[in-house]
Amino acid sequence: MLSGAELQILNVLAAQWVAPTIDYHGLAPELVLAGGLCLVLILDLFIDDRKKWLLSVISSFTLLAAMIPILTLALSDVQVRSMFDGRYVVDNFSLVMKGVFLLSGYVVVLLSSSHVEEGEYWRGEYWFLLLTSLLGMLMMTSSRDLVSIFVALEFLSIPAYMLAAWRKRDERSNEAGIKYFVLGVFASAVMLYGMSLLYGATNSTLLVDIAAKITVEGEFSAIHALAVVFVVVGFAFKVSAVPFHTWAPDTYEGAPTPVTAFLSVASKAAGFVALVVLIYTAFPLAQDVWQPFIWVLSALTMTAGNVLALKQHNIVRMIAYSSISQGGFVLMPLAVAGMPNSGDSALRSVVLYMIVYAATNLGVFAVILAVSRKTRSGEISSFGGLFSYAPALGVLMTLFMASLAGIPPLGGWIAKFVAFQSLLQSQTSWGYTLALVGAVNSVIAFGYYGNVMREIWMRPVPDGDTTLIKTPGSLAIALAITSAATLIFGVLPGVGLHFADLAEIAGAISR
Amino acid sequence: MNMLPENNWLLSVGTFLPMVGVVLMMLMPKAKDQSVKLVALFTSIATLAVGIYTAFKFDFDQAEKMQFVANENWISVIKSSYFIGVDGISLPLYLLSMVITLLVVIYSLDHVPSPGKPKAFFSLLLVLQTGMAGTFIAQDLILFFVFFELVLLPMFFMIGVWGGEQRQYASIKFFLYTMFGSALMLVAFLALFFKTGAESFSIPYLIENGGSIGKNIQIWIFAGMFVGFAVKVPMFPFHTWLPDAHTQAPTQGSVILAAILLKLGTYGFVRIALPILPDAAREWAPYIGGLAVIGIIYGALGCLAQTDMKRLIAFSSVAHMGFVMLGISTLTSFGINAAMFGMVAHGLITGMLFFVAGSVKERYHTLEISKLGGMLTQMPHLGWIFGFCAMASLGLPGLAGFWGEFPAILSAYSPAAGLNETVFRVFMVIAALGTVLAAAYLLWLYQRIAFGTPKNASHDGHSSHDELHDVTIYEWVAWTPLLIAILVLGIVPNLLFKVLDPAVQVTLSAFGG
Repeated sequence: MLSGAELQILNVLAAQWVAPTIDYHGLAPELVLAGGLCLVLILDLFIDDRKKWLLSVISSFTLLAAMIPILTLALSDVQVRSMFDGRYVVDNFSLVMKGVFLLSGYVVVLLSSSHVEEGEYWRGEYWFLLLTSLLGMLMMTSSRDLVSIFVALEFLSIPAYMLAAWRKRDERSNEAGIKYFVLGVFASAVMLYGMSLLYGATNSTLLVDIAAKITVEGEFSAIHALAVVFVVVGFAFKVSAVPFHTWAPDTYEGAPTPVTAFLSVASKAAGFVALVVLIYTAFPLAQDVWQPFIWVLSALTMTAGNVLALKQHNIVRMIAYSSISQGGFVLMPLAVAGMPNSGDSALRSVVLYMIVYAATNLGVFAVILAVSRKTRSGEISSFGGLFSYAPALGVLMTLFMASLAGIPPLGGWIAKFVAFQSLLQSQTSWGYTLALVGAVNSVIAFGYYGNVMREIWMRPVPDGDTTLIKTPGSLAIALAITSAATLIFGVLPGVGLHFADLAEIAGAISR
Repeated sequence: MNMLPENNWLLSVGTFLPMVGVVLMMLMPKAKDQSVKLVALFTSIATLAVGIYTAFKFDFDQAEKMQFVANENWISVIKSSYFIGVDGISLPLYLLSMVITLLVVIYSLDHVPSPGKPKAFFSLLLVLQTGMAGTFIAQDLILFFVFFELVLLPMFFMIGVWGGEQRQYASIKFFLYTMFGSALMLVAFLALFFKTGAESFSIPYLIENGGSIGKNIQIWIFAGMFVGFAVKVPMFPFHTWLPDAHTQAPTQGSVILAAILLKLGTYGFVRIALPILPDAAREWAPYIGGLAVIGIIYGALGCLAQTDMKRLIAFSSVAHMGFVMLGISTLTSFGINAAMFGMVAHGLITGMLFFVAGSVKERYHTLEISKLGGMLTQMPHLGWIFGFCAMASLGLPGLAGFWGEFPAILSAYSPAAGLNETVFRVFMVIAALGTVLAAAYLLWLYQRIAFGTPKNASHDGHSSHDELHDVTIYEWVAWTPLLIAILVLGIVPNLLFKVLDPAVQVTLSAFGG
C-alpha cells in the first residue's frame, strides 16, 4: 500500500507529465536503420539458406537509405533539433558523425559479405548485430544526457561483444569476445560510478545542467574531480587509450577480420564521440581536471602503441597497436581543448581525424582481407613481394600505410597537421611539448608502416607462390571507395576540413 | 613584393604534366615495356618543353620579381593557398630538375636496373619530378611541405627496390632521417604561422611579418627549420644517411638525389629560413658556417678513406654542400649567389659523376677502386669524360665547379655586418684547405681508375675485354647536355649570376641591404 504522501507525489508527477513531441524528421536516420534491422531479423527466419546473401544486400541498402534523411536534415533550415528537453539533439556535429558511421558501416558490410558467405556461420545474426551496433552509434552522436549516453553505449557495445566472438568454434574468437566483454563491462561499471557521482553532485543527468554546476572557479570538490576522471576513464577503455588498452590487441587478432575493421574504426570513433560531447558540453569548465589527464593519456597512448607495434609479426596485431597509437593522435588536440584559443580547432581536428582515419583504416583491412584469401596467413611476411604479383593491391596498401604514417599527399597528413595546428594554437607549453611528443612519434610510426611497404616492394614472395589474387567484387568496391577518399582528403584537404568545420556541437560552451 | 601574374597556368602545367604520364602508364595494364618507356620519354620531353617555354617567357630584366604567379584557394580553413611563382632563384633549379629528369629517363631507356619493372620505375621517376619542381615553385609553406614530402616515398622505393645489396637498410635510414627533419620543420612552420598572427602561410607575407617575432622565439623556430633542411642538405652531423643512400641507390636514384634532392634543403634555407627569420639567421650563421667547414674537411677526409668509387663521390657531396652552406652562412649577396651557383654546378657535375660511376659498375661489375684501373686504355671516351667531371668537381677554373666554390670561400672574408669577421676568416682558411684536399682525393681517384694497366684478371670470371664497350649512344645523348652545361657555365658564369643576383638581393633586403 502506498502512503498518502507517496500518492500525492505520484499525482503531481502524473499531472506534469506530457507526452514529448517527437521530431520524426530528426529521428529518421535511426528509424530507417531500426526498420532495416528488424527486416533482416525477420527475413532471416523465413528465407532459404541459399538466398541468405540477400541479407547483406538489404543491410547495405538500409545503411545507404539512412543516409538520405541525413542529407535532407543537413539541407533543412532547422539547424538544431532538440528533443526530450535537450536530451537528444540533432546538430551538425551529430549529422557529420552519423554520416561517418553509416558510410563506415557500409564499407564494413562490403568487407564482410564474402567473408560471411564463406564462413558457414550465422549469417542473419551477423548482419542484425552489425546494424544494431551501428544504431547505437547513431544514438550516441545525439545523446546529450548521461542516461541516453549510457544506453547508447551499451546498445553499441553488446552486439560488438557478440560479433567479436562470432566464430563460435574458434578458441581465439571466443577469447576475443570474452576479453572484450569483461573489460568492456568493467569500463561501463567505472563510468557508471562516475556518472552516479556526477548525478549526486549536480542533481541532474542533463549535460548542460552538469556543465553549469561543475566549474573549477565555483564550488569544486574532490567528488567533482573524481566523477570527471571516472567518466573519462570509462571512455578511455572504449577508445583503447593506454593504459586501458590491454583488451584491444587480443580482441582485434581473435575477432573475424571484418569485425576487427568495424571495432577499430566505428566502435572507436563512437568512444571519441562520447568523449568529445562530454568534454564540450558537460565539463567545459572543469578543464583543469581533464586536460592534464588527457595530455598524459595521449602521450602514453601514442608512444606505447607505437613502440609495441614495432615488435609485431602479425599484421592484424600490428594494426591493432597502430590503431591504439592513432587514438593517441586523436586525443592529442583534446589535451588543449579547454584553452581559450584552441577549443574550436581541437573539435575540428578530432572530427577530421576520425573521418580520415576511418577511410584509411578500412582500406587497410580491405587489403588484408583480399591478401589473406590467397595467403591464408596473418603474418606481415605474407605480404612479401605483393607488388610483383598483385601490383594494384600492393600500391593500394602502400597508399594506406603512407596515409597512416602521415605522409603527404595522402589523407593522414592533413589530419595530423590539423592536430598539431590545434596544439600550437593554444600557445602553451602543454601544447608545445605534446606537439613534440607527437612529432617524434610520427617518425617512429614509420618504422612499422615502412616495414609493411618494405615487405610489399622489396622482399621475395614467401614460397614463391604467385597465384593471382581474386578480389571479390564487394572488396573491390570497398577498396575503390576507401582509396579514393584517402587520396581526395590528402590532395584536396578542403573537402574533409569542410565537414569537420561544420561539425559544431549545439550548446557547447564556446571560448 | 611585386608579382607578375601573367601566364599563371604555365607553372602548374610544367609541374603536373609528369603526373599525366603516370596516369597514362597506369591506364595501360598490359603495356609492353617499350610503350611504357615511350610514354615516360615523351612526358619528360613535353615537361622540359614547357619548362623551356617558361624560361623563354620569363622576364629576365625583372628576375627579382615573382613571375607566373598563381594564387588559388586550397585549404582555406587553415589559411593555406595554392600559391606558386618563380623568380631568379627558383627558375634555374626548376629547370635543372626538368633537365635532369629527362636525361635520367633517356639513360634509363637502356638501363632499367634490376629487378626490372619499368612501369613502376618510370612512374616513380615522374612522381619525383612533380615533387621536385613543385618544391621550387611553392610560395606557401604548406604547399612547400607537401611537395617536399612528395619526393620521399618515390625515393624510398627507388633505393629500396632497385638498389644494391644493403638497399633495405639504406632506404629506411634515408626515410627516417628525412622524416624526422620534416616533422620538426612542420612544427616550426606552424609556430611561425601563429607567431605572425595566424594570418597566412604565404612566404611573401611571412617575410614581411616574420621579422617582428621576438628574437628568442625566432631562434627556436629557426632551429626546427634548420634540422629539417640540414638533414636534406645534408650538413654534418646529419649526413650519415647520405653515403648509404647514394651507395645503395641505383644510378638514376643517385643522380637525382645528388642533382636535385640535396638542393631542396639549401633552397629551403635561402627561400624560407633566412628571409623570414633574419635575426635568428644572424645568430645561427656562425654555427652554420662552422658546421659547413667541418663538413668540408670531414667530407674530404672521408673521401680519402673510401675504397668504393660511388661512396667516395657521395662523401664528396658532403664536402661540396659544405661550400654551399658556407656561402649561405655569410648572409651576403656574394655568398648566396655563390651558393646558388654552387647548387646548380654541383647538380650538374656530381650528377654526371654518378652517371659515370653507374656505367663503370655496369661494365666492370664492381666499384671497388682497387679492382679498377686503366680505363683510359680500355674505354678512352668514358675515361676522358670521367676526367673532365673530376676536374670540374675539384673546382678547376673554366668549368662550372669553380664558380660555386671559389666565390663561396671568398665571401667568407667579409661576412655580413654583425657577424664576427675573425671567425669567418678562419672558416675561409679551413675551406681553402678543403679545396686542396678535394684536388687530392679526386686526382687520386682518377689516377687509380683511369691510369695504369687494366686489371682484367680480377673480375670474377668475366672475360671482360669483349664486354667493355665504350660510351653507348644512350649515354652520349644523356650526358652531352650536362657536359656542355658544365663547360658553358664555367666560361660564362654570368649567364646564371645575372638571373640569380636580383632575386638574391631581394632575399637579403631583410638584412638591411
